[in-house]
Amino acid sequence: MSDPVTARTPADVTVGGAAVDGAPGDDHRLVVEDLSVRAGRLGLVHDVSFRLGRGERVGLIGESGSGKSLTALAVMGLLPEGLSASGSVRVSSVDHDLVGASDARLADLRGRVLSMVFQEPMTALNPVMRVGDQVAEVMEVHDLASGRDARRRAVELLAQVRMRDPDGVARRYPHQLSGGQRQRVMLAIALANEPDVLVCDEPTTALDVTVQAQMLDLVVRGAAERDAALLFITHDLAVVATVCERVLVMYGGHIVEAGPTRRVFTAPRHPYTRGLVRASDLGALGVDGTDGSLRRPLPTIPGTVPPAGAFPSGCVFRNRCERADEACEVEPPWDGLPGDGAACVHPYDPEDTAAPGDTAASEPGGVT
Amino acid sequence: MAFQLLTRTATFLATLAVASVLVFAFMTVLPGSPAQVVLGVSASEEAVAQMEADFGLDRPLPEQYWDWVSGLPSGDFGTSYVTGAEIGPQIVDRSLVTLWLVGAGMLVALVIALPLGTLAAVKHRRPSGTVLAGISQVGIAVPSFLAGIILISVFSVTLGWFPAGGWTTPASDPVAFLQGLVLPALALGLVQGSVLSRYVRSTVLNVQREDFIRTARSKGLRSWQAMVHHGLRNAAIPIVTVLGLQLSVLLVGAVVVERVFVIPGLGSLLIDGVRNRDLLLVQGVVMVLVLAILAINWLVDVLYTVLDPRLRATA
Amino acid sequence: MSAATEAIVLPDSVDVVEPGRANWSLRVGGVLVGLVVVVALVSFVWTPWDPYLVDGTNRLMGPSSSHWLGTDQFGRDVLSRLMVGARTTLYVGIVAVSLAAVGGIPLGIVMGMAPRWLQTVLVRANDLLLAFPALLLAIMFGAVFGASTTTAMVAIGIATIPVFARITRSGTLQVMSTEYVLAARAGGRSAPAVAVRHVLPNVTSLLLVQASVSFAIAALAEAALSFLGFGTAPPIPSWGRMLNEAYSVLAVSPLQALWPGLAIATAVLGFNLLGDGLRDRLDPRLADAR
Repeated sequence: MSDPVTARTPADVTVGGAAVDGAPGDDHRLVVEDLSVRAGRLGLVHDVSFRLGRGERVGLIGESGSGKSLTALAVMGLLPEGLSASGSVRVSSVDHDLVGASDARLADLRGRVLSMVFQEPMTALNPVMRVGDQVAEVMEVHDLASGRDARRRAVELLAQVRMRDPDGVARRYPHQLSGGQRQRVMLAIALANEPDVLVCDEPTTALDVTVQAQMLDLVVRGAAERDAALLFITHDLAVVATVCERVLVMYGGHIVEAGPTRRVFTAPRHPYTRGLVRASDLGALGVDGTDGSLRRPLPTIPGTVPPAGAFPSGCVFRNRCERADEACEVEPPWDGLPGDGAACVHPYDPEDTAAPGDTAASEPGGVT
Repeated sequence: MAFQLLTRTATFLATLAVASVLVFAFMTVLPGSPAQVVLGVSASEEAVAQMEADFGLDRPLPEQYWDWVSGLPSGDFGTSYVTGAEIGPQIVDRSLVTLWLVGAGMLVALVIALPLGTLAAVKHRRPSGTVLAGISQVGIAVPSFLAGIILISVFSVTLGWFPAGGWTTPASDPVAFLQGLVLPALALGLVQGSVLSRYVRSTVLNVQREDFIRTARSKGLRSWQAMVHHGLRNAAIPIVTVLGLQLSVLLVGAVVVERVFVIPGLGSLLIDGVRNRDLLLVQGVVMVLVLAILAINWLVDVLYTVLDPRLRATA
Repeated sequence: MSAATEAIVLPDSVDVVEPGRANWSLRVGGVLVGLVVVVALVSFVWTPWDPYLVDGTNRLMGPSSSHWLGTDQFGRDVLSRLMVGARTTLYVGIVAVSLAAVGGIPLGIVMGMAPRWLQTVLVRANDLLLAFPALLLAIMFGAVFGASTTTAMVAIGIATIPVFARITRSGTLQVMSTEYVLAARAGGRSAPAVAVRHVLPNVTSLLLVQASVSFAIAALAEAALSFLGFGTAPPIPSWGRMLNEAYSVLAVSPLQALWPGLAIATAVLGFNLLGDGLRDRLDPRLADAR
């Protein structure tokens, strides 16, 4: 499918430019390059680049305010009024750049090529419209099914997201469903037209812990069955560890670290990632190699995320970083491979693992 | 949903009953008897007693109340103490006139507010919002009777386009009827329209920001499609509330505007009643106005249930 | 921090705040209300003419150097009457709003703290009273007690009680569910003590806004009543009354209606804007929720 020169393994990826990439082959579903989002003169997301391969599952993590949701909205072309995007967003099946495309062209792609599941299931559905009609609508808008046909497909989709009594659910209104059920309806809408790219913005954050696992399973399965690339936004590292093969870490509108999930979580190079991992108690889940039986107080990252526009110049993390010095006053270059590295002047050594006393980190790209 | 409608209707009827007691009680708390009021302080005790007997005012209050209220459903409002005329037919006649006035006023308000408010919301954060907020503030500050006076002095006294007042029934002369309706309807509607357009704007703005509109757009709907297919019905819910309130305001505004344009509606009847100390007439007109306001509130409740499935809780 | 950066503190939720309008409402409203108050105060010590002075030779004069706003059909100086009329408007507004506050605030607190069943009854009753418009109640008062400034302002005040009661109740409910009040109650403080210490200070801003808006409504109602002849009795100047008199000579002198009309609109606009500005100032979250 690709010539020998460009065929490569995730571990030795060398794509030109600042692209952060770990996908095999040229078969990229989504290519984002130098994507920036600004509100007037204020930059909110800065030169974000990444690629999603066919069927690949990539996590985008960071604290709230890091710009992860804005990145997703910019990819979807759904930025709120007053915010503008620059750079480049391309999807494999479309021959033009999505940034700067007319709303009509973007609308044609949304819900068909690009789909999104939002964080808040309680408000994301229209309260005065029956659930089945809301699922059917996404097919009707794109003329992929209509009338009774769309309605029947909607019920099938509801069954696919494991809705009990899909016929009955289709006739109900959103307020008659639980949060988990509503989120599954959202997923059914997102998957209805077999999208190339599925973006999930914290789809489980608002859900009860008991239904989170099922939702995650449905997302992964739904994307896999359609060979869709999955961009999964969350601040929950445990979720990323179970769902994603690769992870992008965002802070202050920048991607500060990227790499295979296992490597990033076991041997984080950026001090911010390291703080996140330490604060997340991933140890309890055995991701970093410890058995989690030795509970310890969770260390936190000192300070708080500053409001947009109040990040320091140079390295955006330097005011909260224990390793920061004068060298951090200029924007740090990318250290490492494009798809596996960190934007840091003083990165931790790969051997220096996140949690004290844990076993040796596996080699980069060890997720299989 | 049927259950909901039933309970709301029951509440409406109960409230109406309580309101009728209040109105009756209020008009009876008057120091001295109504007969004394009508006949004047100089009237002899015999004359007062005679009149009280004639009109049954010497009976116990609950009996008088029941006598009054039991006649209302059939349009029997009693006989005026002052003129001796039947009150019911007058009220029915006058209500029709006021109904025309309020209806035309509401129409003017809607025709102004819906397009203007929506437009301002869509073009939002440009000066339009501020301008509209300003216009609507001025609108609230100009009472309808003042608007009426201004309209008369411009379009009637100065330009002579429309009559300054008077009323023609639609049956006798439709053209004269419409000509006479224009200025009072504008007086009522312009003010309410400017107030309403501000609500329409903020409602449409709020709906535009709803998550489900973003969801609709993520499905591939254009923003206007999302607004039409998903926004309108959601926006209708708060707007219906405001419309209900405005209808009540219009009704009260009509009382004064009728005076300005010399229109023989409920308002003129009420004011004449107060002037003549015709207490039973005042009582009847007030009751009809309260009934109308309560009925509007009931209608708003019912519309809610129809528009918003969330309110149709499973009984 | 400026409004622009404030709006983007949480880029993930992206809220768009409309800046700058709050201060405008407050400023313009304050200036207009101030103007009315100053004019009313000045009228106590000085008016260009005696507002009651009838001058048969100078009737319905246009504005001139001696009568800045002209004279009415009795030859009285319009400006002087307008100035004294401001007193009537303020007088009615102050009495009506005070009455509404004195009646409505305790009622609202009771409605928020009483046992469940009593709350239901009171709220129902309050909703019923809300259905009675101030103007209608005032006309009924006029019918029963005779028309005068006093009946007008008492009626307007009474009609406004349920409005204050409702707002106080909603504030009370909000405050009562906060943790510090729960703590105070758990600490053994009696309900009235909690009401005075915690509830009242917290609903003050809401009530202040309502007072300003109610003032505007009272001014409007007084004008309408006086226009109908049920408010202030002649010859005491009242803007509504002046409008009524101007209305009777509208065909001859349309300008006569302009001045009292402007005065009414100015006062109402002022108090409404002041209320709006206060609301925006005291609770920015409500700024666009109108």
